[in-house]
Amino acid sequence: MIRPDAPVLLEIRDLTARVEDQPILKGVSLTIRAGEIHAVMGRNGSGKSTLSKVLAGHPAYTVTGGTVLYKGEDLLSLEPELRARAGLFLGFQYPVEIPGVSNLEFLRVATNARRAGKGEEELDTFAFEDLVRERLQVVQMDPAFLERSVNEGFSGGEKKRNEILQMALLDPLVAVLDETDSGLDIDALRIVAGGVNHLAGPDNATLLITHYQRLLDVITPDYVHVMAAGRILRTGGKELALELEERGYDWVDAELAALERTPAEVG
Amino acid sequence: MASSATVGDLVSQPYKYGFVTDIETEKIAKGLSEDVVRLISAKKNEPAFLLDFRLRSYRQWLQMEEPDWATLGHPPIDYQEIIYYAAPKQQEKKASLDEVDPKLLETFDKLGIPLSEQKRLSNVAVDAVFDSVSIATTYREKLAEHGVIFCSISEAVKDHPDLIEKYLGTVVPGNDNYFAALNSAVFSDGSFVFIPKGVECPMELSTYFRINSGDTGQFERTLIVAEEGASVSYLEGCTAPMFDTNQLHAAVVELVALDDASIKYSTVQNWYAGDENGKGGIYNFVTKRGQCRGDRSHISWTQVETGSAITWKYPSCVLQGADSVGEFYSVALTNNRQQADTGTKMIHVGPRTRSTIVSKGISAGHSSNSYRGLVQLGPKAVGARNYSQCDSMLIGDQAAANTYPYIRSQQPDARIEHEASTCRISADQLFYLQSRGIAFEEAVSMMVSGFCRDVFNQLPMEFAAEADKLLALKLEGSVG
Repeated sequence: MIRPDAPVLLEIRDLTARVEDQPILKGVSLTIRAGEIHAVMGRNGSGKSTLSKVLAGHPAYTVTGGTVLYKGEDLLSLEPELRARAGLFLGFQYPVEIPGVSNLEFLRVATNARRAGKGEEELDTFAFEDLVRERLQVVQMDPAFLERSVNEGFSGGEKKRNEILQMALLDPLVAVLDETDSGLDIDALRIVAGGVNHLAGPDNATLLITHYQRLLDVITPDYVHVMAAGRILRTGGKELALELEERGYDWVDAELAALERTPAEVG
Repeated sequence: MASSATVGDLVSQPYKYGFVTDIETEKIAKGLSEDVVRLISAKKNEPAFLLDFRLRSYRQWLQMEEPDWATLGHPPIDYQEIIYYAAPKQQEKKASLDEVDPKLLETFDKLGIPLSEQKRLSNVAVDAVFDSVSIATTYREKLAEHGVIFCSISEAVKDHPDLIEKYLGTVVPGNDNYFAALNSAVFSDGSFVFIPKGVECPMELSTYFRINSGDTGQFERTLIVAEEGASVSYLEGCTAPMFDTNQLHAAVVELVALDDASIKYSTVQNWYAGDENGKGGIYNFVTKRGQCRGDRSHISWTQVETGSAITWKYPSCVLQGADSVGEFYSVALTNNRQQADTGTKMIHVGPRTRSTIVSKGISAGHSSNSYRGLVQLGPKAVGARNYSQCDSMLIGDQAAANTYPYIRSQQPDARIEHEASTCRISADQLFYLQSRGIAFEEAVSMMVSGFCRDVFNQLPMEFAAEADKLLALKLEGSVG
């Protein structure tokens, strides 16, 4: 939902970043307002996953330039956990297994960390159980998953549902979902997308990182950005995704080549 | 970004217990000989049977070789450079705590083990051992009302020589192994526990071992006897100051459980581990063995090993009585240059005996951590069963973890299960937890306690939280 007067939640300006010595992001700018759903599309290696990790503060990525304001404040100086407590959420492409740590306990500690960030009281174990059981329905998850270790032995689809369950519990202002659709069969995709749609509201925003149109068939974006070689090449409405689907990514290469020739003029 | 780089600073968390108490100490000259053995025995006014035991052990020790089969490496130990007896100068053991040197009480206060009437732990009786001698034992009278004997082994030799003669060296013989023989020759002090028939010990018993002198070896001896139907839970803790030299600690612990008796023995070992380059630290060569002598008896070892430069330790159970049960729950954590080779032996002798082994090794820094365990089922152990689970966790990419399980079964139908796993705390796991609002230290601690939960659940409640904190402290800064 586009409302030009809605408050800006995330403002990325000329962001550059590298991993080890390899520059990946080469000047990304993007403004996200409350109520909006953005999709970033692009080939593997275009830098779209890096963007999500940099936003969440992954230690392997070094920011070399640019700024990111989150609700008007500098995001990049915050530790990852403080970003999360402030309401930034990253849905992982490959959710990590953590043997020995109970999913329920993990969800409770995470939820309470976020609640503390919002100035809300901690939930005790009973209140939390009630909450988690209610939120499980958003992703149609079996409560048995709560008793297991975090993501351990979960199928690809179960892991992604567990991500959306976390999103449902953490009540983020900006949710960055990295390839949430990868590895999902059509039923799981519908459930996950249903969860995302359910959670999207006028006060929060969603940034979908995806490779394929099929996620955008079930979650309608307000903006689509095409990313290549660490930059956003083009921004449009949802029809841009359809155009990509139709024409493939080859035209991106042509535009990119033009850009490389005259980097100063194009911006 | 202002990230987990600061974690590196946290690793160098100083060892909290590294102080030295400035107290006048009576020491004998360094070196070991038959005269030294006689001198130690004479200082303690021991009866002839004990001197004989010491001398026999000493002579056998002379014939033995230091074992070298463990996955450990250290420069040779010069046994003539060690002082075998050191005691804070005070006359005889005091009848009342008021007469104990306040410096000693203060030392134990600082270690978190208050001994004085006003401050002592309300539900734990404590025997405090400082260098070679026991300086105080709390709640003795209250325990005596139940017929429970809890005192230093030196006092037990004086007050209950019959019990000592009957049980000492019957589980770990004087010539059991190199370090046990050495201990049997020169042991100084330790605790003695006797729970008479049918008595459930009314409180947790605990011994706190403190090495203070820099050039002294500590050779303590603990003996716990639970008669028919008796039960007891016992915990030992250990710390030492920081010295650049390596100190030898060679203890022997013997447990005897008669019919239907139950002994639960827990250890939280936090001897000084040396610095980050491996300089200094305790060499911990310990022989611990329990004998389930009676039918349906039960012996359970729980250990949390976090200190020492070298740990060589295999708390074992000899399951003699029919239907007896042996358990071993272990968390061994090594960091920096620490080396641990630890595990257990479950010797199934009697029919339908059962044993459980749960071992969790955590290796960080440049350390090496090995599990070594034996499960043996003899010809009469019909229907015996064992379950073993050995998990290793690696932190960083410089640490080593090994598992050496030995199984010897003379029972064709025996049920012996062994599970093993290795995992690693990865930067990605930590980032995952952090990205959900969980701070770095808490994330590490969550993962480590999750890994150790099966073992911590076995610790007496007062100490489980303590163990959790201890591990978190030891690991700070070793990740990332």
